[in-house]
Amino acid sequence: MHSQSTALKVGSWRLQSAQDLNKLREQILSERDPARPEIVICHGTGCLANGSDKVAKAFKTAIDAAGIDAKVVPGIKTTGCHGFCSRGPLVIIRPKGLFYQRVSPKDVEEIVKRTLVEGQAVERLLYKDPKTDDLIFTEDQIPFYKLQQRVVLHNIGKIDPTDISDTIAAGGYQALAKALSTMRPEQVVKEIEKSGLRGRGGAGFPTGKKWRSALNAIKKKGRPVYVVVNGDEGDPGAFMDRTIMEGDPHAVLEGLILAAYALGAQQGYLYVRAEYPLAIRHLEIAMAQARAFGLLGENILNSGFSFDARINRGAGAFVCGESTALFTSIEGKPGNPRPKYVRSVEEGLWGRPTVLNNVETFANVPLIIERGSGWYAGLGVSHSTGTKVFSLVGKVNNVGLVEVPMGVPMAAIVEEIGGGVPNGKPFKAVQTGGPSGGCIPYRLKGTPVDFDSLTAAGSMMGSGAMIVMDDTDCVVDVGRYFLRFLEEESCGKCLPCRLGLTRMREILDNFSKGQGTEQDIEDLTSLAQAVQDGALCALGSSAPNPVLTTLRYFKEEYMAHIRDHKCPAGVCKDLITYSIDPELCTGCMSCARQCPAQCITGKKKAAHIIDAEKCLRCGICMDTCKFNAVVIS
Amino acid sequence: MSHYGVQIDEIIERYPDKPEYLIFLLQDIQSSYGYISADAMQLACDHTGVPLTQGYSVATFYQSFRLDPSGEHEIRVCLGTACHLKGGQRLVEDLQRRLNVKAGGTTEDMRFTLSTVNCVGACALAPVVVVDNEYLANATAKKVDKQLKVLDSQNAVGIEEGGHA
Amino acid sequence: MITFKINDEEVQARPGWTVLETAREYGIEIPTLCFHPAVSSSGACRLCMVELREGSWSKLVASCIYPVAEGLQVYTDTERVRNVRRWVLEMLLAACPASPEIVQLAAKYNVIRSRFASKDPDQTCFVCGLCARVCEEVVGLSAIATVDRGIHKRVGAPFARPTDICVACGSCITICPTGAMQKIFDSVRGEPATALTQLA
Repeated sequence: MHSQSTALKVGSWRLQSAQDLNKLREQILSERDPARPEIVICHGTGCLANGSDKVAKAFKTAIDAAGIDAKVVPGIKTTGCHGFCSRGPLVIIRPKGLFYQRVSPKDVEEIVKRTLVEGQAVERLLYKDPKTDDLIFTEDQIPFYKLQQRVVLHNIGKIDPTDISDTIAAGGYQALAKALSTMRPEQVVKEIEKSGLRGRGGAGFPTGKKWRSALNAIKKKGRPVYVVVNGDEGDPGAFMDRTIMEGDPHAVLEGLILAAYALGAQQGYLYVRAEYPLAIRHLEIAMAQARAFGLLGENILNSGFSFDARINRGAGAFVCGESTALFTSIEGKPGNPRPKYVRSVEEGLWGRPTVLNNVETFANVPLIIERGSGWYAGLGVSHSTGTKVFSLVGKVNNVGLVEVPMGVPMAAIVEEIGGGVPNGKPFKAVQTGGPSGGCIPYRLKGTPVDFDSLTAAGSMMGSGAMIVMDDTDCVVDVGRYFLRFLEEESCGKCLPCRLGLTRMREILDNFSKGQGTEQDIEDLTSLAQAVQDGALCALGSSAPNPVLTTLRYFKEEYMAHIRDHKCPAGVCKDLITYSIDPELCTGCMSCARQCPAQCITGKKKAAHIIDAEKCLRCGICMDTCKFNAVVIS
Repeated sequence: MSHYGVQIDEIIERYPDKPEYLIFLLQDIQSSYGYISADAMQLACDHTGVPLTQGYSVATFYQSFRLDPSGEHEIRVCLGTACHLKGGQRLVEDLQRRLNVKAGGTTEDMRFTLSTVNCVGACALAPVVVVDNEYLANATAKKVDKQLKVLDSQNAVGIEEGGHA
Repeated sequence: MITFKINDEEVQARPGWTVLETAREYGIEIPTLCFHPAVSSSGACRLCMVELREGSWSKLVASCIYPVAEGLQVYTDTERVRNVRRWVLEMLLAACPASPEIVQLAAKYNVIRSRFASKDPDQTCFVCGLCARVCEEVVGLSAIATVDRGIHKRVGAPFARPTDICVACGSCITICPTGAMQKIFDSVRGEPATALTQLA
């Protein structure tokens, strides 16, 4: 990534005090020309996968070629994820803030000419409000962004995450400077307690309470104490922690250093999922820069407080998101959860008092310390303060990353920010909390999205994945999906989890074939209870949740499989047949060529026929057909 | 993806001789050689002071470690929830048929290793297939097939060039 | 001494004891399979689950690893406990149909038939890991360990090859609760160990 914002050289500054940090910040800001055009190109994983790196290259070439006056050479900045992933690659032209979506390298020349040289908007790249058809020029006017409150994500999309001067200019490390120069460690813990912050990783345990218990444990056991970032974001469909680590790595680091200061820890660990190479790279860069500036390592800001941290890459095990499994993994062993009824704050990593918090939790900490617990407690609702970042995915128009205050109704997130379901129908359910969570049905769309309301509805907050399902998604299939996922990801140690999940899945397999009885539903429920009660760790004890909530809200759909041998959503292979609508088929032969079973026949330009006997129900014909002529019955 | 020039000793020396560095070592061996051979594992265990049985436990517990050589190209089909809802499983089945290999395996000619991954976090592009390090957005059987053909033709060119040199 | 209640009866335990140890001291029956006093507890089989109650709050814990505490109220035979026990035994019966020990234990708790089909009629191992623990903690060798994870987890030697770390002491065979180690042993030791298995 290249930012031309400052001439700062890493290593030339070792900050000695809070005043030094402020001086540096002022210097960086004074070197900046607010009127200078800047091309901000989203380099989140979604946009990168859509080729935003090629867009950035094209801009560089086009600007050089256009020979723009040397005084106003626009800067090019690549940033973390802007969140509106379904519209990527995203490009924003500052200072005006023009928002271009779905930009491809071949659009770049026109943007340079029309916008940068002539000062006009390229209308075809602007966002069009699907409801009013109005063109929208700037990010903040787009409904997807307008209804959000970006607190944790406030820097992401604005700063270059690989350049610490950008972070410092945006106010990074101010909280750390404040704490080190004006607060005692105990006061930091108190602020976090008063803020009401609850852990963003899943169960929502109050962060301040955790830190307080650790302080008490330290009184009994002495130091060392460890602080650990849980960046093993494993819930499928969740990518908020990755976005924070990629887009604002210093925020996570600053939160970690503050926790270390509060607890007197000298060593920290960041456990990051191996599937997130970019997050790991950005954190590594951030740590190296922070060390060079005297913000990490020996004698931070000359305060006498020393702390350093290292990154542990995960090696591919979902269960390592569980705290004790994560510790055993850092210790170099298989990630088996520990069979101990001792809390991690007393006996965690290396058997020492340990505070483990999730990425988003740590990213909240500097905000609380800088702006005060009172400000933070005013966001959200009484028992769930602050905001929460969600990844909104599945059958929803605006797929992406969303941050809202706690307590916002589910419907506001899915229908207003998310723009509803692509086929225009109401959503069927929203799956929250990943494999440990549950499905909230449409009729409960008013459910406030906070820790306690989601739990009361039989689901949970989890890490914040929201998977929107429509009427073509089958609850039996989704239940099977999550169980199969957990069967593979279970550590395999305790019997309720290792044997129970497979047996539960097998019962669902039968349902998906139209077999099974009402007795099976009863057995499934009772077995699910045994797994909940009997499993050794949270992976197992929460594993039955997706099945139990769908049984609670969608029992009829289960019954349709068993009693009527039908899959109403048209998903379960054994209960559906594919056929071709002769009215819609143009006889293009595309499906016949792709069919692996070669069971589609028909002449060119005449309606085709599927041989249901030979059909594998692989669905390739349906994916291939451009005329929606393949139908499921 | 593999750097066969790296000597195993060089990797081993990167980390202190403590058990906590076993996973770091195995990860580096894996990324340099594409897999962890029995000999490499023995060296890593000896260096970190971990019994071979426990090293083997570690290597088989974590999904990212391979104990057999992997193919020239790696095809990873994302099976995150969003990809599942949008047909990820169908893509796996199709690739298994096409390549005549089960997920997790490598084709006989050592060209392709097919694996599944639990969410790469690119849910907006679902279903996603990652071929080597290239993301295929909104993947279909046809798109993946096309990409595999591209790799095949690249390979043919590579061999020719190699032959001339 | 620590005083608490099991099934409403007052019991006393030494600090550091587990609920299971205390129950056994008082002759209160709690079934176990993966527990052995000679090695550390792993809490894997979950047959020893008991219910803790305090007012309307209740929770199930594994008694083999749950430390005693003043004032605990422990129940060893509640409906929730029986539910876990029944399902674990039904699943074990299907997983290890060839183990007479498991058939007997299940029968003791009135589990005669399993609703689940067996996948391997000769299987006796349910991967409790006692063999690996005794080898590591008592023998001090670590010739065997659990391999893989989840539903693929099993007991074995590295690369499924015989290992010369094993000194054929037979401790694993002795500690195995289902007789499974007798079969696995040959693959670890590498040579017929008939004499040893007879000894065991």
